[in-house]
Amino acid sequence: MTDTLLQVRGLTVGFPNANGPNTVVNSLDFDLARGGALGIVGESGSGKSMTSLAIMGLLPKGAERTGSIAFDGTELTALPERAMRSYRGDRIAMIFQDPLSSLNPYYTVGTQIMEAYRSHRTGVTRRQARAVAIEAMERVHIGDAARRVDHYPHQFSGGMRQRVMIAMTLSMEPELIIADEPTTALDVTVQAQILDLLAEIRADTGAGLVLITHDLAVVSEVTDHIVVMRDGDLVEQGPAERIFTDPQAPYTRMLLDAVPRIDDEIGLLRTMHTEEGR
Amino acid sequence: MIRFVANRLLGMLVVLFLVCLFTFVIFFVLSPDPAVQICGKNCTPEAIDQIRANLGIDQPFWTQFWTFLTGLFAGRTYGTGPNAIDCAAPCLGYSFQSSQAVTDMIVQRLPVSATVAVGAAVLWLLAGVAGGLLSAVREGRFADRFIAGLTLTGMSIPNYVLALSLQFLLVVTLGWLPFPQAVAFSDDPVRWFQNFLMPWIVLAVGMAAVYTRLTRANVIETLQENYVRTARAKGLSPGLVWRRHALRPALTPIVTIFGMDFAGLLGGALITETVFGLNGIGKMAADSITKNDQPVIMGVTLLAAFLVVVGNMVVDLLYTAIDPRVRVGSSA
Repeated sequence: MTDTLLQVRGLTVGFPNANGPNTVVNSLDFDLARGGALGIVGESGSGKSMTSLAIMGLLPKGAERTGSIAFDGTELTALPERAMRSYRGDRIAMIFQDPLSSLNPYYTVGTQIMEAYRSHRTGVTRRQARAVAIEAMERVHIGDAARRVDHYPHQFSGGMRQRVMIAMTLSMEPELIIADEPTTALDVTVQAQILDLLAEIRADTGAGLVLITHDLAVVSEVTDHIVVMRDGDLVEQGPAERIFTDPQAPYTRMLLDAVPRIDDEIGLLRTMHTEEGR
Repeated sequence: MIRFVANRLLGMLVVLFLVCLFTFVIFFVLSPDPAVQICGKNCTPEAIDQIRANLGIDQPFWTQFWTFLTGLFAGRTYGTGPNAIDCAAPCLGYSFQSSQAVTDMIVQRLPVSATVAVGAAVLWLLAGVAGGLLSAVREGRFADRFIAGLTLTGMSIPNYVLALSLQFLLVVTLGWLPFPQAVAFSDDPVRWFQNFLMPWIVLAVGMAAVYTRLTRANVIETLQENYVRTARAKGLSPGLVWRRHALRPALTPIVTIFGMDFAGLLGGALITETVFGLNGIGKMAADSITKNDQPVIMGVTLLAAFLVVVGNMVVDLLYTAIDPRVRVGSSA
């Protein structure tokens, strides 16, 4: 048992093609303490989603991953696919951006929560798995869970679907939850509810959280350590407090400036200038 | 659910009514006068009038159409007095050529067409789905390209060319199959099977090619879906991911298309039946068209329309069982 849950060193992801390696994540380093919350922030195309898929071992076809990803002292990059599968869902769980398309429309949410549980725990009866599913749905505050467990994804609203996704990960009691833009597809009030829920679950279970987002407001609420990425490169990282009050990299300052503030003078929104801040 | 079925049934009746009306207009009003044809060479105007009266085509259009419709549901009587002929429901009239009741002709030939359709459907469904799956799994590799070549060939080769080549190869040159001869299944099952083997293959080849492409495209597309990624992220085994999360969504559209294709084929495979001399609906249609035997053409057309509409309806009902979004879409 180490204090570091996740240690990433020199993580590089590329799609080699005729023109060269085409790197999308370039030599990334970061640590996540046990029970800690890390935010990875960047624009679209900064490589933050690829980073999360690289940790899960779910990179798309043709991607190449180098560097080291140590989870609880185990080097994930060295694991064969079969062994990696026993980590996925069970010890490392992932929540995706679009909760509608991330749930299979053909199966009830209960079935989809249960199937992960049953494939990782041997000798579980249907009845037991169902009880776990209902309990997980109650924990994410889905009312009337005993009935809702038999409903299909399209019968839930966007926020409720994301709760289902979270319940799915919760049922396995993972040590690490990777949430890739979990609130982007939701409207603002629902976003806040989901973030509260993530924080609550973290407090309850002690699971570590990697929160990937383009939204600085989101990371500021939930995480204690922030990694800023741009075009696959690590721009800067540090404690959340420090990043917000005293950003070192000009790019981070620009990101912060781009966030509209309620106490701002009325005027033009500040825009990002691509070349500035490099 | 009951409302859904009732709605579909009502829609089905409307479609069938319109099909009746249009075919009636085309075959009975726009076609040449059948009385002249029936009367033959030594014909008097009186004789023609008599035939017209017997056929009921001396009546105004809507009366004729109404008689035709009631004939379908309740039967009708041709002519009057001692010479009157009762045509029991569903009455489609009598062939101008053989004077047989069209309904009887259809009933006699439908089993042949059904046998052809069922056998071919089994073949093309198995070959198409298997080929498509294999193609999808091996996307971009040799097997995929090889199958792509096969499907292209299967789609481009005309039915009659394939039918004649098969006959030449399997029967004449290699002698693997006996010369086709009508045998009842109960008399000689082996011979019966051999008779139908070639028509099955000929019909299945083109369809199998289409289904292979369809299956391949659907599976590859489904594998890109976010919920497949979720299934992988849950740590499910590749087998489970495939079976549960990729196959079911990918194969559902196939059900729709299969229902339509199969229903269409039940209504007769014109070229294949003709080439292999099978006395099915397709051959009957071909013969009746060359001889302008209007009641038969009309009967076959209505049958085909009926089968397609019913096929459509069955598919819709199946869909409510397969796709939960259709089933409970409104009750959420």
